[in-house]
Amino acid sequence: MTKGRVVGINGNMVTVEVAGDVTMNEVAYVSCAGKKLKSEVIRIRGRLAEMQVFEMSRGIGVGDEVEFTAELLSVRLGPGLLAQVYDGLQNPLPELAAQCGFFLERGVYLSPLDEKKEWPFTPTASPGDTVTAGDALGTVPEGIFSHRIMVPFQFREPLRIERIVPVGAYRILDTIAELSDEKGGRFPVTMTFTWPVKRPVTCYRERLRPADPMVTQIRIIDTFIPVARGGTYCIPGPFGAGKTVLQQVTSRNADVDIVIIAACGERAGEVVETLREFPKLADPRTGRMLMERTIIICNTSSMPVAAREASVYTAITLAEYYRQMGLHILLLADSTSRWAQALREMSGRLEEIPGEEAFPAYLESVIAGFYERAGLVRLRDRSTGSITIGGTVSPAGGNFDEPVTQSTLKVVGAFHGLSRERSDARKYPAIHPLESWSKYPGLIHAAGTEYARDILFRGNEVGQMMKVVGEEGTALEDYELYLKSEFIDSVYLQQDSYDPVDAAVPTERQRHVFRLLFKVLASRFDFGSKEMARFFFNQLRQKFLDYNGAPWQSDDFRRYEDEILSFLETKRSGEDEEGDRILKELGGVTAGGAS
Amino acid sequence: MKKIYSRIEAIAGNVITVHAGGVRNGELAVVSSAGRSSLAEVIRLHKEKVSLQVFAGSRGISTGDRVRFLGHPMRVSFSADLLGRIFDGGGKPRDHGPELDENMIEIGGPAVNPAQRIIPRNMIRTNIPMIDLFNSLVESQKLPVFSVSGEPYNPLLARIALQAEVDLIILGGMGLKHDDYLFFRETLEKGGALNRTVFFIHTASDPIVECLLVPDIALAVAEGFALQGRKVLVLLSDMTNFADALKEIAITMEQVPSNRGYPGDLYSQLAARYEKAVDFSGAGSITILGVTTMPGDDVTHPVPDNTGYITEGQYYLKNGRIEPFGSLSRLKQLVNNQTRGDHRALMDSMITLYAAYKESLEKKAMGFKMTDWDRKLLKYGVIFEREMMDLSVNIPLETALDNGWRILASCFSPEETRLRSELLHKYWPSREGETD
Ligand SMILES: Nc1ncnc2c1ncn2[C@@H]1O[C@H](COP(=O)(O)OP(=O)(O)OP(=O)(O)O)[C@@H](O)[C@H]1O
Ligand SMILES: [Mg+2]
Repeated sequence: MTKGRVVGINGNMVTVEVAGDVTMNEVAYVSCAGKKLKSEVIRIRGRLAEMQVFEMSRGIGVGDEVEFTAELLSVRLGPGLLAQVYDGLQNPLPELAAQCGFFLERGVYLSPLDEKKEWPFTPTASPGDTVTAGDALGTVPEGIFSHRIMVPFQFREPLRIERIVPVGAYRILDTIAELSDEKGGRFPVTMTFTWPVKRPVTCYRERLRPADPMVTQIRIIDTFIPVARGGTYCIPGPFGAGKTVLQQVTSRNADVDIVIIAACGERAGEVVETLREFPKLADPRTGRMLMERTIIICNTSSMPVAAREASVYTAITLAEYYRQMGLHILLLADSTSRWAQALREMSGRLEEIPGEEAFPAYLESVIAGFYERAGLVRLRDRSTGSITIGGTVSPAGGNFDEPVTQSTLKVVGAFHGLSRERSDARKYPAIHPLESWSKYPGLIHAAGTEYARDILFRGNEVGQMMKVVGEEGTALEDYELYLKSEFIDSVYLQQDSYDPVDAAVPTERQRHVFRLLFKVLASRFDFGSKEMARFFFNQLRQKFLDYNGAPWQSDDFRRYEDEILSFLETKRSGEDEEGDRILKELGGVTAGGAS
Repeated sequence: MKKIYSRIEAIAGNVITVHAGGVRNGELAVVSSAGRSSLAEVIRLHKEKVSLQVFAGSRGISTGDRVRFLGHPMRVSFSADLLGRIFDGGGKPRDHGPELDENMIEIGGPAVNPAQRIIPRNMIRTNIPMIDLFNSLVESQKLPVFSVSGEPYNPLLARIALQAEVDLIILGGMGLKHDDYLFFRETLEKGGALNRTVFFIHTASDPIVECLLVPDIALAVAEGFALQGRKVLVLLSDMTNFADALKEIAITMEQVPSNRGYPGDLYSQLAARYEKAVDFSGAGSITILGVTTMPGDDVTHPVPDNTGYITEGQYYLKNGRIEPFGSLSRLKQLVNNQTRGDHRALMDSMITLYAAYKESLEKKAMGFKMTDWDRKLLKYGVIFEREMMDLSVNIPLETALDNGWRILASCFSPEETRLRSELLHKYWPSREGETD
């Protein structure tokens, strides 16, 4: 094992003089006051290795001993990852708390998985079978999932199963199979193995184009700027605009198998909400607790910066592991800007030539490399699995024209930009409906959303004009367009995340409500005056908001719907031709709540 | 016995360099010459070359001064004896009282394990409607007052400190004007709170490095008391001075600046302090109320901007009033459910209407004809500013809520408020007309 001695310390960067070979990104431990502090080699120059220490560097001195492990920074994979709360290096935080109390103690690294727990293993392969990386050897039940015990991803060559254990209870470190290669090498396999976090897992047949929507139950997203399973999206926004709330509701309601939350350099308090609530909240899809399908990677802002950089990779590697089982994973990272800042801090200490706003020149490729690990894949057994990545971005000064936002926009498939103006006016979710975009297909017939978007766009233009020429200088027809666009905004785009009903709108209801909204949009009216028009839309809005708050297909729901329809008739004079045609395609609206 | 080094090789800004062995990162040293001495902290090591940040500043330091390493990092004495006392950023008394050296604890300690935190649930009442109703302060929250310089932010801080139901107050002053320091002392004294207050004061004329120590020393003491079960309120004024001190040191150390000269780790540095706000399960809590003055009234300036991303909402102080815009308290949804059923909805509706009022005001300024709707809004805005935003209003939350309904009813018809019918039925003042 290679050893070395500390010769310099600058913040969390330690320079080490090495006697022997070192590998880039190798893990090493710095001995300091009886503790061994985990570090990673990030640059090598001659006999000097520069390392980032994943802990506070206080107390390290010149001459302190360093041990190199010859292993890259890795995570441990195996059954029991679900429902865990880890720090950025996969240290289990509750266990750490049990051992160390209120505060994080440096140099304490615990096993990420329970090594004593017995799992009921059922083999699915037999001696003599030829297998390779990622192929299933058997399964164990993990919560609601059948967890595939796979050939470790390192074994890229075909191997023969020499021996495999029968059905029974085993611990993760028990040998469950023995594999051999052509040269006669023998490899015992357990239910767990490690994988370096910065190396993508590619044990699949092919990558597919993401096509199916990943329903978030947020109307503005699913209808207008959808996300696809296996796709990527980003949520940039100034502070307080609602990035975290958006991710929190998505983590509850998204239509995926597993959610991995990477709380990366943000507030600890926000994670606590998830941490304390998810074990008590039932998942409507499965009836089980939400926590059972969630993993939290939590490296909050006052935890060591280098581990923050690692945390997003830890998260994505766990996602890739479960994707290999044919599951659909959503990875939510809040906030990718903090991760980028961690890169910037290290780059500064390495005295690299800074790029824009002192971010390193390789920022863009690092961001692209991360989002590239999302995707929909067909596995070798022909099942499909996906990873969807949603990352928030916290642009300096709320200005999207900065390196992290811009680099992210180049690689993602959907952009949900939050606007300060909308959040100031309490229009939540504060996603800007006109500036945001998505390249993925949504829940609703595209002709319908295009028609609505056009009204939003033109209505907004009228609104802008009115700021110049005033209401009196605006034609009634234009004013009606403006009111319609405001109507879409207040009853459809805005959604109350804290209302028990409105917070999550499933596909069926969304399609239904959109049809009703569309009927309003496609209607021509006979108002006579602007006052009348405004009065009418105020009343209609009130009814629609009550409707949004009524449980799906409840008596109230039907009653409000009938009221809306009959109120609509009081002023309706006909319909727009194109709108009427699209409405038929959407399926039309009939009184009585049936559709 | 620790060795004494007597050759300072370089002096730049407040950083000195000496050749020494066996030194540890973050260790303290005493730099002394005839007649004066100062503490200094090791901030960088390269082989035998040790860089130290001198607390009292490098003015007057000579290459012949002596440097003695103490073998431990910066510490502060922690005991009940601190109460009622006033110290400087380095922990030295500035009230002529005795020096304390018992039970020394390290400052800038490790972060709390997130798994050990609990969800905050106690609202701290201040009787200021813009806070209680529109942006509730919650125990264990970290909230800054964003302010243009010249606004009465220190009186606001003092008033909240006195009205809030907390056990202890710790005031960290950074670059405080001497008058403001005296103001705090007198106000807390008059309010009978002095004997449950500890001051760590750095004034504008004190050495800049001591400014950097204030938040850490104040928060270390707060942590000590919180672990003993006390509810501690930490006031930090003004964090912009702290950030500027960081900037100065960073530039001395030739770090690449990221934004307007501030170091790239400004976010992490500020977060390390603000994240000390916590509610310990089974013990006490720390609530942090800071002041961030906005240079040039610019929220996008790096200091308010980074602060905004760290803290859990902010109060904007402008023209002597707390503005209703700006980001919302992140925690209010956790407590507003427990106050009154109409709290959240009423708050949102009133703000939306106030935002609309601002638009109408703009239209009016541009000379447009005012519609009926505009006129309603204009009336509303004026009443809202007078009865809600004015800092002199001092009423309990429930009264403020009742006033809110009264104001709405005096200006609008029910459906114009965008409130759900259910709430309108329950709370809309009846004499003002029909509910639908
Ligand atoms: N969808 C929503 N419905 C209701 N309120 C919301 C919604 N989104 C945000 N808010 C309000 O805004 C506050 C701030 O939201 P959030 O914490 O998500 O902001 P953020 O963009 O993550 O800010 P930061 O960058 O500072 O982390 C919330 O605490 C809540 O009061
Ligand atoms: Mg957030």
